[in-house]
Order: sequence, then C-alpha cells, then structure tokens
Amino acid sequence: MKRQRASQLTSFLVVLPSLLLVGIFVYGFIGRTVLTSLSDWGRDPTQALALSPVTRFVGLDNYRELFTGIIDGRFRQDLVSTVFFTVFFLAGCLGVGLLLAILIDHKPRGEAVFRSVYLFPFALSFVVTGTIWRWLLQPSGGLNQLPPLVGLPAGEFTWLTSRQQIWRFDWNAMPVALAVFGGLAMALLAVVDLRGHRREPRRRRRGLVAAAASVALLAWAAVWGRGWAPLPFGELHGFNLAFIGIVVASVWQMAGYTMALYLAGLSGIPEELREAATVEGASGWQLYSRVILPLLAPITLSAMIVLGHISLKIFDLVFAMAGPDNAYTDVPALLMYITTFRGNQFAKGAAIGTILLVLVALIVVPYLRSQLRREVDR
Amino acid sequence: MSARGPVRRGWSWRWLLYLTLVLAVALFVLPVYMMVVTALKEPAAIDLTTAWQLPRHWNWDSFAQAWTAFLPKLKNSLVLTVSASAASALLGSLNGYAFAKWPFPGSRAAFAFILFGMFIPYQAILIPLFGFIKAIGLYGSIWGLVLVHTVYGLPITTLIFRNYYVEIPDALMEASQLEGAGFFAIYRRVVFPLSLPAFVVVIIWQFTQIWNEFLFAVTLSNPESQPITVALAQLAGGEAVRWNLPMAGALLAALPTLLVYVLFGRFFVRGLLAGSVKG
Repeated sequence: MKRQRASQLTSFLVVLPSLLLVGIFVYGFIGRTVLTSLSDWGRDPTQALALSPVTRFVGLDNYRELFTGIIDGRFRQDLVSTVFFTVFFLAGCLGVGLLLAILIDHKPRGEAVFRSVYLFPFALSFVVTGTIWRWLLQPSGGLNQLPPLVGLPAGEFTWLTSRQQIWRFDWNAMPVALAVFGGLAMALLAVVDLRGHRREPRRRRRGLVAAAASVALLAWAAVWGRGWAPLPFGELHGFNLAFIGIVVASVWQMAGYTMALYLAGLSGIPEELREAATVEGASGWQLYSRVILPLLAPITLSAMIVLGHISLKIFDLVFAMAGPDNAYTDVPALLMYITTFRGNQFAKGAAIGTILLVLVALIVVPYLRSQLRREVDR
Repeated sequence: MSARGPVRRGWSWRWLLYLTLVLAVALFVLPVYMMVVTALKEPAAIDLTTAWQLPRHWNWDSFAQAWTAFLPKLKNSLVLTVSASAASALLGSLNGYAFAKWPFPGSRAAFAFILFGMFIPYQAILIPLFGFIKAIGLYGSIWGLVLVHTVYGLPITTLIFRNYYVEIPDALMEASQLEGAGFFAIYRRVVFPLSLPAFVVVIIWQFTQIWNEFLFAVTLSNPESQPITVALAQLAGGEAVRWNLPMAGALLAALPTLLVYVLFGRFFVRGLLAGSVKG
C-alpha cells in the first residue's frame, strides 16, 4: 500500500511539468490576453512598441468599439462572414463526407484506393491548398476555363476578387434578432425538459430557468428591443460571394476527413443489424435512412464540433488564398493578426482573440464535458 | 465478402456507384493536376486560357529554382518538426502512462485541464506568447517554435497515449509489480516496449500538424528561421506572380506530409480519429 502511495506521488510529479507548461501557456496566457483586451495598449502610437508600454485600464471599451463603434465595421462584417462560412463549410463537409462514406460502404472494387484519394488533401497544409486554389480561382483561368473544354462559354465569376454581397441585413437589427433566437431556443429547451423529465428534479429546475429566460428575452425583444440601436445609423452586412471559393477549397480539403470519421462509425455498426433490416424487407434507402443514419448521429455531432471549431479558427487558408488585405474575404482570426502585428493595436487584437475564444468555448466545452462524463460512466 | 446494401440488386446501380466514385476522384485530383502541369511550364507559356493544357516543353527548371530558394526553409521545417514531434511524443507518453495506469487524486481533472488546450484558438494566446518568446530571447529562432509546438502538442499526444495505455491489461503490469518494480521500472520494462504503435500514430500526427502549421510560424519566425509554409505564402502572395514557381514550391512543401500519408496511411487515420476525442 505504501508503495502504491509512493507511485501515485511519482505519477503526479511526472505530470506536473506538463500541467505547469499548459497552465502558463494556455490558461496564464489567456488571462494575459483578457487583461490586455481591457487596456488601451496600442491606442497611443508612441507607447505601442515601447519595451514596457504604459497602458491604462479602460474596461470594456475595446469590446464596445468592436460591436458598436463606427470604425470597427470590418470586425462586424468578419463575424457575419464567419457565421456564413461555418454554415456552408459544415454543410459541404458533412454532405460530401457522408456521401463518399456511404459509397465506399458499398465495398466497391479498389475501395482502399478511393478512400486514400479522398483523404489525401487532409495531409496537406492549408497554405499549400490555398496556393493551389488561388491559382485555380483566377478570374479568367482555372475553374472558369473548365467549361470551354467541353465547348461551353468560359465562366464569368470573379471568385476571390468578387465584391458582391447578398442576404444583407442591418446590424442594428441584430440585438432583437439574437434575443428572439435565444428566446425561442430557451423555450424549446424548457419544453423538452419540463415535458420529458418532470420526475427528475435537476432537469425540472433547468427547464424552469430556461422558461424564465425565454420569457425575459422575448419580452425584451418585444418591448424595449426595437427602441435600442447599437449604431447611430444603419450598417449593412451580408454574405460576401468572394467566400464561395474559400468554401470550395476548404471542403475539398476537409471532406475526406469527414468521410473517414463516418467510415469509422459505419465499421462499428454490426453486420447482423444490417442483415436483420434487409431480412425484414427494408429497401436500401430505408436501410440507410431508418437504421444507419440514426446510428451515425454521434459521429455527426463529433464532426460538427471538430469542423465548427476549425472553421471559427480558419486563418492560414484565407491568408494563402486571398491574402491578408482582402476585406471581402476577411475573418476575425485574420483580422486579429493584422490588427495586432501590422496595426500594433494590441488591446483591440486581444479583444478579438478573446471573442474568438468565447465562440469556440461555447461549442467545445459542453462537448468535452459530455465526452469526459461518458468515459466515467463506462 | 459479398456486396452490401442496395447495390447488390443490379449492375446498373453498380455502374452508377462507380461513375460517382470516379467523378469524385477527378474532382479531388484536378487541383493536383493543375499544380503539376503549371509547375512544369515555362513562365512565358503560362497563359490563363490554356491553363489546363499539358506543357509543350517540359520545364524542370521551376523545381530546381524552387529547390534552391526553399532548401533553407525546408531544413528549418525539418529541424522544427522532428524535434517538436519527438519532444511532445515523449512527454505525452509519460503523461498518458501516468493518467492511464497511476491515477492520483484529482488526476481526472488534471487530464481535462490539459485536454482543453487542444481546442483553443491560438489567437487568444498569441500576444502574450509573442511577448514571452521575445523576453526569453527565442524570437526568430527555430527553438522558440520548437518550444511552442511541444507545449501546444501536449494535449493531443497525452490524449492518444492515455487512450492507448488504458487498453493495456493491468495483469501485464501486476507481475512486474509483485517483483517490486515501481512507476519507471514498469514503464521501461512493460509499457514502453508495447508503445510502438502509439508512438507511430503520435509522431505521424505531430509531424503532419507541425509541418503544415502557419500561424505560429508566421508570428514567431524571421526570414532566417522561416519554415516552409511561411516562405510559400510569401512567394505566392507577392505581386506579379509567375505561377510555375509557387506551384513547384507548393509541391515541395506538400511532399513530406504526402509521403508520410502514403507510407503510413493506416496510422494517419488513427491519429485523425483520436483528434475527434473518441479514443
């Protein structure tokens, strides 16, 4: 028993250096970034690059400027762009990945070759992918020259240099829209918790809190929301068509990865289950839609989390494809870099970094918690 | 192995299956074809309207030029990737062993504490990291990047090794334990010799990730210590690009990880699956 204790201590001491390193490099640095984001480091150009810059605490000023300041419209467009990009990127990867996985699940001859071809872009650097696609998406070359190969007129779309924007909306409508969206989500959660789990006190309490939050949000949106505009005048944001090319390139790179995740899930479905369903008279379509797809739901969730956080962090692909200075293909991760290391606006860069962290944490933390908890249950 | 699913019903379905598969192959390979073809053309022969055609004269010169220009950067990338992969794999192995086989009070929380580092957007630590690396005098040195990649590699390497070691039966350790072997003796005699597959998975994963990485590289290196990804982005991003050179460079930058992928595909996929947390 004593030996056991001693070995436990050794075990702790072995892990300790890593804990310290991660403690400093992850948690400590996040703390520093948050502190920096509450300062005015960089606002005074003479102090920006000083060895020990004199900075003042300015509270949430940087965040207020990012969301409601007149000069930071680029950040707001970037946020909107990231949301659009994430939606299309996820849809593309999941759709193509699932299709390829199902095709390969039919065990075609040369299965291994097909699989390897679809997965290889994942082994490339985003910078390599970006460089190739930058060339493929030249307005009068590359993809636009594919139709002439079969006798059709050349494509006209300017891809990365496009200045077009669709689905525009006023930033001033955002608070109300978010409140309504949040209120409806809370209402849904409340209904699920209160109807399905009335017996469980913890779920019941959560349901009641959700119901209250829903009422509060919707009431705010209906009564006060309309009178409150973050900006003194309207500011239109929307989906920049220049992003289509970036979506195509990123799906090209990551669809194979999604396929590999789905294939791992498919190989875990017991053969007997498929046979049973076929014996029961399920058609091929029914086999997939009724039996296999529901069993793949956890894989879809994992894939969405991993792809979603990749998409929020996307930086290198855009940098290599469209360059760091193209405002029409900008994303917050890239703006953070430019703001900080080109513009020397350290505090504002730190604020953008913090916002990115919050967005990623919103996706990842609940997922990590449920994963680790499931392992305890096992 | 018999065919599964709906396709067993007729060869017209089978035909459609292969058609789709081959079409998808074409879509996936097209960009690579373009890369190789453009790299092999003479700069004067690169014309947007004839971009898809094979070169009239094969111009291997682009590769020679890219090779001379990129050789120092490739060396930087190699030193960085090999050192950081080895260091993070070794530390990850010890961590994983401790977490899997010698749980101590609070070890579960400690594991989660380390794991979270895998998901953070590095923009959230970039400014203090930049200051720190400068302060310890490693800015612009390849060793600064080695340190950074080792530390931020710890979560994934620890995770993969822990999940691997959990599967090693305790019975294998008990024999040694009865002989009085402790933490390190068991690691050396029992666990480490069984670790080869996990080491292959982790090193391949880290090699690919670090070789391909861009954000840290562009923030913390100077022209002398630049890894290949930064050099490539600069070459392709310049004004008045002659495209044969960036394409040849892209091929050079892609070759090492592609080679790893072709040679060790199976292990590569295992690392990929571990990256989505499921062990």
